[in-house]
Amino acid sequence: MQKLVEMKGVTVNFYTYEGVVQALNNLDLDIYQGETLGLVGETGCGKTMAALAILRLIIPPGKIDSGKIDYCTVGGQTIDLLSLTENEIRDIRGSQISMVFQEPSAALNPVYTIGDQITETIILHRNRELARNAQAKVDKLLAEDNNRLSILIRPLRLIQKSIYSTIANDPFAFAPKLVGRIPIVRRLLWRIDDEALLIASSLLKEVEIADPSRVLKQHPHQMSGGMKQRVVIAMALACCTRLLIADEPTTSLDVTIQAQILELIKKLKREIQTSILYITHDLAVAAEICDRVGVMYSGSICELAEVTEVYQKPLHPYTKALMAAVPKPGKELSAISGFVPDPLNLPPGCRFHPRCDAAKKVCREKQPALIEINPKHFVACHLFTGDELGKTS
Amino acid sequence: MKGLKFFFFHMRKNPLSIAGLVLITIFAIIAVFAPLIAPTPEGQFNSYLIPRDGYSQTPKPPSDEHIFGTTQGQYDIFYGVIWGTRTAFQIGIIVMGAVLLIGIFLGSIAGYFGGIVDEIIMRITDIFLAFPPLILAMAVTVALGPGIQSVMTAIIIVSWPSYARVIRGDILAIREEDYVEASRSVGSSHLRVILRHVLPNSIYPIFIMASLDIGAVVLTAAALSFLGLGVPEGYADWGQMISFARNWIVGTPSNAFAYWHTVWIPGLFIFFFVMGWNLLGDSLRDILDPRLARR
Amino acid sequence: MEKLVEIRDLKTLFPILRGLFRQHVGDVRAVDGITLSIESKQWMGLVGESGCGKTTLGKTILRILKPTSGHIYLDISTQIKEEIDELEKTKPNSKAYKEIRAKYDLATFAGNKLKNLRKKMQLVYQDPFTSLDPRMKIKDTLLEPIAVHGLLKGQAAKERVGEVMEMVGLSQKQLPRYPHQFSGGQRQRIAIARALVTNPQFVVFDEPTSALDVSVQAQILILLEKLKQEHNLTYLYITHDLSVAETVCDSIAVMYLGKIVEMGNPSDIFKKPRHPYSRALVLSTPIADPTRKRGRLVLPGEVPSPANPPPGCRFHPRCDRATDECKTDEPPLLSEEGLRRVACFHPVE
Repeated sequence: MQKLVEMKGVTVNFYTYEGVVQALNNLDLDIYQGETLGLVGETGCGKTMAALAILRLIIPPGKIDSGKIDYCTVGGQTIDLLSLTENEIRDIRGSQISMVFQEPSAALNPVYTIGDQITETIILHRNRELARNAQAKVDKLLAEDNNRLSILIRPLRLIQKSIYSTIANDPFAFAPKLVGRIPIVRRLLWRIDDEALLIASSLLKEVEIADPSRVLKQHPHQMSGGMKQRVVIAMALACCTRLLIADEPTTSLDVTIQAQILELIKKLKREIQTSILYITHDLAVAAEICDRVGVMYSGSICELAEVTEVYQKPLHPYTKALMAAVPKPGKELSAISGFVPDPLNLPPGCRFHPRCDAAKKVCREKQPALIEINPKHFVACHLFTGDELGKTS
Repeated sequence: MKGLKFFFFHMRKNPLSIAGLVLITIFAIIAVFAPLIAPTPEGQFNSYLIPRDGYSQTPKPPSDEHIFGTTQGQYDIFYGVIWGTRTAFQIGIIVMGAVLLIGIFLGSIAGYFGGIVDEIIMRITDIFLAFPPLILAMAVTVALGPGIQSVMTAIIIVSWPSYARVIRGDILAIREEDYVEASRSVGSSHLRVILRHVLPNSIYPIFIMASLDIGAVVLTAAALSFLGLGVPEGYADWGQMISFARNWIVGTPSNAFAYWHTVWIPGLFIFFFVMGWNLLGDSLRDILDPRLARR
Repeated sequence: MEKLVEIRDLKTLFPILRGLFRQHVGDVRAVDGITLSIESKQWMGLVGESGCGKTTLGKTILRILKPTSGHIYLDISTQIKEEIDELEKTKPNSKAYKEIRAKYDLATFAGNKLKNLRKKMQLVYQDPFTSLDPRMKIKDTLLEPIAVHGLLKGQAAKERVGEVMEMVGLSQKQLPRYPHQFSGGQRQRIAIARALVTNPQFVVFDEPTSALDVSVQAQILILLEKLKQEHNLTYLYITHDLSVAETVCDSIAVMYLGKIVEMGNPSDIFKKPRHPYSRALVLSTPIADPTRKRGRLVLPGEVPSPANPPPGCRFHPRCDRATDECKTDEPPLLSEEGLRRVACFHPVE
């Protein structure tokens, strides 16, 4: 399988008045094409930061201080997302890499209709295609030139045709942009909105919303949480996304609605074969939907492997403790001693060592690197380096 | 300690807030040490009456005897502005204090209990807000007769409705918070909940509003004095001093600024006093609000 | 086992006022006729999704909300409850009925009687970030219940506060701090401490761990078990997470749209749910084990609004076993073997 995204040594720091808070600490992460990678961890471990770093959405006082994020584009070339200009990354956001957030009511603008919001992203990225479709329709109308009305409207249609063909050739041309700014004249572009609405309608059918034409005219507050999340997923997939980043999309939903959304995501995975980076703190959900799982603690990955490996044969002490803390029917519950480290006062060496039963002297001094212990099973722990290499737990 | 650190960090980023603090401190020092800076002449009982050096109507420019000159009627401007600082603080603090008490009391009852109590109190504030504030203040001052107390009463009557409204709004939000309900579920009486939970959490915006408004209060008092309502003639009040300068704004044909000192000196005192409170209020808002959001 | 808490036919309706003159056009039927009993020292779980009325039920039992009708009993003998039932059936308007209710039925309490009640029953809120007053020191938050009821004074009160902090695993040195200086898990411990300060018999927990991480949740659940054993407490634990309920509770009640649809032993309900809704819940709950794929049951549709519940069985629009009977008649909550109860005309085998 080919690698879609490769994060190498990404470090993100927040410069606050109380000191420097390190959100991501030398993060290494790979996402392959077509796979669903789960990123699990507790509050404050940095999983949302990792997603924001990929999309370059980290704002001051946060700063990406070092690292590379290699991304394989549609054309096959590898570019470093952190080195792109603002315009270039905007091109990728929403079209090639898109994000679904936790709160659908916060992700949708309450004053615009659903139709407006979905078409916003379609028009932004698929302008060329929309213009071509619109132009084809106008051509067809121009060809059937029979009654008086069409003769009157002919000049308008010709203008429309020329605008659409300009957009089809060069989406960033100046003239259509100018037309778009002038009120009333702007109405000439109505076919583009129409085409976009058609695409939006088919997207809503994809996410199993019955009666898309009615929903397109509704406002977010008229819909339930589950439906809003479906709309947000539709928006994310509007432009042939290659990587869908889902940041806890079902946390705010009820259990039965969550089941519906998870089934939907599984279905989309099968049909569209997009890669998914699924961020969650719910280990049960991750078990259900992910192919591989990465466990994060305090800004870096401590274990990364296939999902069955992580859940049945966890190697890192934190992963083991986390699995033991999950309530499972018929199993005794046990907690992890201690508390998550204060981000202003991080322990030296391995961040987990104050809470680890098996901590050695080296754990207090050096941070462990992420090493492939078993095939495709990566662990960042001193217990597995040196003479323990090669042994399975 | 963390709060202090945040305070200084903010000050470093925003030097204007230091300016506000410095200005008010200077004025406070002037007010406190007024008897030393501008000693009352021997035998005069009421320190707030400005000593007169003669009865000539023409103001005299600054000289060795009168550092800031004299105004119409030979009142010493220096003495007037120094003791006027005391008057300004008096008016500002007493009026603001009373307005806060009344506004918070009525506003919190209206906000916390809601229903018909809320309706009645809000309609009363509506009645007061229907009048243009300065006109109402003038009417009250005339009705109550001259004197600094009537000026203060008038301004109190005019200012309390907005505060009642603001705190009512904040309380409507706080009332729904979990910890308020938790306190009730523990068995607290309404009074306890209001005093210990609702008010402490909703009162900060009011203080900010109050510090911004002290300037406005002083200006309104000055306006009333300028119009001749309020303080008796010769009282050390900045507004009164400007009112004395009314006829001397434009000087002689040969020198338009012959009597600049009568207008500018009290005017500058008012200007810097109001600006100091405004800057202080602004910086207080900046310090308190993002801190709440950050927490 | 003694029944500590019992509610009979409890209803909490919120009036909907519309129009210019605030006319009473309908009710939000949040709790619509619930009969439930919790035994002494039992950990009862109340499971349901958002909008089913479980928080309203918890708050009504504690009299934070006033019930529209029904009976609530705390530690009352069966004999008296029977008497009240008799009077209700035969002479509901008599003075005797009103008197006996005023004495024993929590639903009618007011004023000082209600205040005294608060000592014995407490609530721990869902969101640890908003349930503590941000401007009060922890010390004062914990002293408040003692001061309100005048239980202890001065040094004795301070000692009790220290004692209760240690009970929940926090150090006394943290007392002069403010809530924002603590993590979510620690704040929830403080909320639990506040609930225990007056030595209550009965504690209601409203989804106390849903805002917390998995490892913190485990710590809190272990703490709650310890406290229950040490202080002979009885719990009503409201949650939407069936796995948590199954792990810690002695008994589970499943709620849907204001009514209880199934009650029983957690492992029974998990392994063999009888009501179609419980079955849907069990099958929808993901399990932290990638090898155990659950059944393909996905419940269609959404929860109806409690202001306008469907006629007959409330669950029938989403139920794949619904018949005509289900559309018109409401199934009663019937007892089956042991403590199992189901409200369905066609329960799952």
